[in-house]
Amino acid sequence: MEELTYRDAVARGIAQEMARDERVVFLGEDVALAGGVFKATGGLLERFGPKRVRDTPIAEQAILGAAMGAAMTGLRPIAEIMFSDFLAVCWDIVANEMAKMRYMSNGQVTMPVVIRTANGAGARFGAQHSQSVENWAMMIPGLKVVAPATPADVIGLLAAAVRDPDPVLFFEHKSLYGTKGHVPVGELVDELGKAKVLRQGNDVTLVALAAMVPRALAAAERLASEHGVSATVVDVRSLVPLDTATLLREIAHTGRLVTIEENPRLCGWGAEIVSIAAHEIFYSLDGPALRITTPHLPLPSADNLEDAVLPTVNRIVKEIVETFD
Amino acid sequence: MSQTGASQAAQDCEPDRATRLQLYRKMLDVRLVEKRAYDLFMQNLIKGTSHLALGQEAIAAAFGVAMRKDDYSFCTYRGHAHTLVRGASMVGVLGELMGRECGLMAGKGGSMHLTSAEHGALGSYAIVGAHLPIAAGAAWSAQYRGTQQVAVCFFGDGTTNIGAFHEALNFAAVWKLPVVFVCENNLYMEYTPIGTVTAVQHPAADRAAAYALESIIVDGNDVDAVYAVAMRALARARAGEGPSLIEAKTYRHSGHSRADPGKYRPTPEIEAWMKRDPLPMYRQRLVSLSIPEAELAAIENDVRAQVDAATEAARNSRPPPVELAFTQLWADGGFAWRN
Repeated sequence: MEELTYRDAVARGIAQEMARDERVVFLGEDVALAGGVFKATGGLLERFGPKRVRDTPIAEQAILGAAMGAAMTGLRPIAEIMFSDFLAVCWDIVANEMAKMRYMSNGQVTMPVVIRTANGAGARFGAQHSQSVENWAMMIPGLKVVAPATPADVIGLLAAAVRDPDPVLFFEHKSLYGTKGHVPVGELVDELGKAKVLRQGNDVTLVALAAMVPRALAAAERLASEHGVSATVVDVRSLVPLDTATLLREIAHTGRLVTIEENPRLCGWGAEIVSIAAHEIFYSLDGPALRITTPHLPLPSADNLEDAVLPTVNRIVKEIVETFD
Repeated sequence: MSQTGASQAAQDCEPDRATRLQLYRKMLDVRLVEKRAYDLFMQNLIKGTSHLALGQEAIAAAFGVAMRKDDYSFCTYRGHAHTLVRGASMVGVLGELMGRECGLMAGKGGSMHLTSAEHGALGSYAIVGAHLPIAAGAAWSAQYRGTQQVAVCFFGDGTTNIGAFHEALNFAAVWKLPVVFVCENNLYMEYTPIGTVTAVQHPAADRAAAYALESIIVDGNDVDAVYAVAMRALARARAGEGPSLIEAKTYRHSGHSRADPGKYRPTPEIEAWMKRDPLPMYRQRLVSLSIPEAELAAIENDVRAQVDAATEAARNSRPPPVELAFTQLWADGGFAWRN
């Protein structure tokens, strides 16, 4: 075991896969010489050279188009979209092209491409550099969607994404880049579509993703110590494929479901999980499901305004305690 | 290269007799399949929409002959021609249009998405401009793997005004990618004259300078001229000298799509271009080059028979099994999003 930041885990994950497979190439804005605007890809250019680690113009359609064309013809590209908000300017390539090519061609074309992007709020960047857009991706048939919460998951899930034969959107959370975690030494390969139970309780099941995972864990601590409520915490990790088996088992065990989502309210990923639970384990539920989300708003910039709209530990605890009143 | 330059290149790369017959045959393949597609529409055997390349056959045919078998091609929703010239079967194309099991994609793609990966035809793209960066990516892959393959990307004049065109051109030029961008300028972006919505006279060629590329204009109805320009651009790409942008002037004989009779086009314009129909023009040239009439007639009969046979085979093919709708979203063959 060694301690690693989430940021350094990104570079280690990419390096692990590039060292293993010559077909893995990496491109994006400022990723090579500058080592990424979040300093998450430093050292890769030096280690793998300019043929495999490439800076691009600010041209997101070109970046993802190039990644797609390369993936269709034998490479396994990792493309970076600097901020997930920028996916909106190249969404045609993601939603219409990458996601549909295999299906439309009846399996003639394979699309092993990974799109890494910095998602989420917490850095006071305002409405166009802070969004949580994992639900955009989740709605498109043909895309796999992953969002790691820990350094070990960054490496393991990135490796799984690179090795996967289908397009994967890999949402890194920008407020987690500085966080640390223990990572096993040596090659790390995880599996897409597996949720992780981080804490086992009896009263309520908190289902969280990415930056909401540490908040869910902190909330669970306080629920136990201050309110005598024993909470299970599940890190969803992968929205597509979705590990409904683990989720439904853990929800049924406590009989209470709370989703903790950073995305704005409407059509957030939690709504899908609530709907599945309502349909498939209705008689195991002891009360109404609760979705704790960012309200249906763009994100404001000032510290206190951003904090007022994101699900904080205080708000999570308060809303859950209210359901037990 | 100017238009004069293109004529010069045409002399440099003058096709031999066998190549000329191949060019004629490929144009005829496209012409007769497109005409058949039109007829099948009228009989309601083809549903949805369709964008025919009648009148524009010379461009696809010239590239089809000039390209290496393992090169990649990318085209638009007006892509029956570009798919056929790579070697995809007529029954596969007509079957796909008719929504039959024998179709290239067994009915899952339709007219606007013809793909034949085994022939390097890596897709017909129905979102204008999308495939230019994708073609650049295939060229990047060829460059990376050192295979000397080239990606050829066909698109219409309307595409030159969309962002992806400019992103792809710059990207390909900066990375010196082996890609040939071919603008088929048929004078209309869908229903609107291209000149009324474009700041420059030659929508592709006048933009070339912005990406440090030569300005290349060619008569897109002269298959020999297109062939010569194609050979040059392909050789340049294979030699590692980077991309080319070619503007081929041509004309659509019909409207934009099935729904459009093309009434907005002035009659004298149509008449002038019909006189420059690439097929009769080329046939005349072949006769003047002392290729016997009987040899041409034999090709024509052969293609006609092939189209008839392909039509019959496609008609007799079953609709795809319903279960097919639920396959091939993922590489494991299925569409599961949960366990």
